[in-house]
Amino acid sequence: MSIRIIKAGLADAFYDKGRYGYQHLGINPGGAMHVAALQTANALVCNPPNEAVLEMHFPAANILFNQPALIALTGADFTATINQQPIPINTPIAVGKGVELKCTKPLSGARTYLSVSGGFALTPWLNSCSTNLVCHAGGFNGRTLQTGDVVNFKSPINLSPILTQKPFRILPFRASVHQLHHYQNIHILPGNHYPSLTQQSQQNLLSQTFTIAANSNRMGYRLHGTQLSLQHPTNIISSAVTKGTIQLLPSGQLIILMADHQTTGGYPVVGHVPSAFADTLAQCRPTQSIQFALTDFASAEAALISRHLHLLQLQNACTFRIKPFLTNANGRS
Amino acid sequence: MKYTLILSSFRNLHLACCKKQVNPSFKPVATNPLPPQNLHLPPKNHPLPNQVTIHPTNDHALTIQLGDTINLITHQKVLSLFQYLQQHPFAGLIDIIPAYNTLTVVYDPIIIKHLNSELQTAAHWVETHIKSILPNFSQQAAAAARQLKVPVCYHPSLAPDIEALAQQHNLTIREVIHLHTTTTYNVYMLGFLPGFPYMASVHERLATPRKPSPRKNVPAGSVGIAGNQTGIYPFASPGGWQIIGQTPLTIFDAAKQDPAFFQPGDSVQFYAITIDEFHQTRQP
Repeated sequence: MSIRIIKAGLADAFYDKGRYGYQHLGINPGGAMHVAALQTANALVCNPPNEAVLEMHFPAANILFNQPALIALTGADFTATINQQPIPINTPIAVGKGVELKCTKPLSGARTYLSVSGGFALTPWLNSCSTNLVCHAGGFNGRTLQTGDVVNFKSPINLSPILTQKPFRILPFRASVHQLHHYQNIHILPGNHYPSLTQQSQQNLLSQTFTIAANSNRMGYRLHGTQLSLQHPTNIISSAVTKGTIQLLPSGQLIILMADHQTTGGYPVVGHVPSAFADTLAQCRPTQSIQFALTDFASAEAALISRHLHLLQLQNACTFRIKPFLTNANGRS
Repeated sequence: MKYTLILSSFRNLHLACCKKQVNPSFKPVATNPLPPQNLHLPPKNHPLPNQVTIHPTNDHALTIQLGDTINLITHQKVLSLFQYLQQHPFAGLIDIIPAYNTLTVVYDPIIIKHLNSELQTAAHWVETHIKSILPNFSQQAAAAARQLKVPVCYHPSLAPDIEALAQQHNLTIREVIHLHTTTTYNVYMLGFLPGFPYMASVHERLATPRKPSPRKNVPAGSVGIAGNQTGIYPFASPGGWQIIGQTPLTIFDAAKQDPAFFQPGDSVQFYAITIDEFHQTRQP
């Protein structure tokens, strides 16, 4: 009931939706960068939406399955293969004992998510299985995966009626995710210091493109672009920030705080990327250019609720289609 | 045979039930467990007290500003609102973050919308709710602060900036230690790193800006000064604070049920220990 990491990737670690309720102690929520991909990965293998999955960047880990598993890959498309044969993303796949999962080429996106039916056996820390790399806690021993690591599954699964002695089988289902990725621009809500930007800077923020810097990561995306400035220097008292908060650095450049952000910050806040659009941002890669568009709170919330309903329907559809498919032994559903 | 799970055309769960490929008897899978008393009536509109402003911090958080300077009276208000909300949470509240003059509430818009479907926005509901409780909380004094005594070794081997800082202010190292240990500090907030306490205010003769370029690696337990604040690094980390000593205490221990040594509102005083005492008391 386990996987073995044959070759570790760049930063493979386990995340659920995040660790909430501890930000007053400076413990940030963390969690999957791309929340909809986490939930899609879980839906496709009939897991609850908040089950921890493996978030991988490119190069991703090469993974050996010591036991059969029902898996799904979502988020970025890294041209994954099983035993050298290409497999699709957003599709449940039954894998047999001894197969090897590899990601060969980054086709689109920045992060891929691997789920297994029943979930990985991890020890929760403060009510979450998300890895906190600073505290060395949560996830798998509080760290990214290393070559040779063996990660257990919570429960065994009998897939022999579906596999019928083949090494793996791609199940005839595919989650539609187009609705979750249709945004051209990154929508932003005005931040507290947006009105304090010079008029030219306000215009530039919404009309210029910004390039995601190479040193961007789960903590934050640094942007290269036109320098922005405030009308007057402002003395700012530190206060709480969120995933998606856009800060103006003293250099005039921007940083967007991402999942592993600090809980508080003392730079001017020019905007916020709302939850649904933080997903889009999570799949943007360094050197990629982005453009902002101003939105309002009602639209941001509507986008979040539409994402929620879409995922809820996916979850329900999977429960009623894939579960019976698995239990109806011969697989001819 | 290939099926696609087409879901995008469903407007809501009621419609979803009517689609023929879905079993009509199914119950929606609840994704968020909800408390039983989940019917919120829209609270009445209350005017804001003086000096209080409320602004959204993204689509899932709201910040209540209770004053516009750093001072103990404002921070007491922040703490009493923090404690009031801890004792009287609303459904959908997932985090409460006190800072110097602000309190930020983080909420799940999905839960709030679910409970109040006729609402314009969840943000509006939370704002109205906060306005309605502001008169109640102000009658509640913040709980008495914990008094913490924290040992610090000011030996130059653990205090790379203490000499330069003393010189800059025309003080001896002994005077720096004296000024740092005879003040009682208030923990205004935890941030930057898990468990990192922002404490103020240091004696004006010790107030020193951050280092122009941050150190690559500040050891865990290092005690620093930045402006009129003093703080302790719970983890080894890059950092720009002026390091004047080190505590042997473990400031953050993930294995403990309460992993953070400090809490917002703690009252802290430092006392000097020798390098030998430092090594003896140092926790593994």
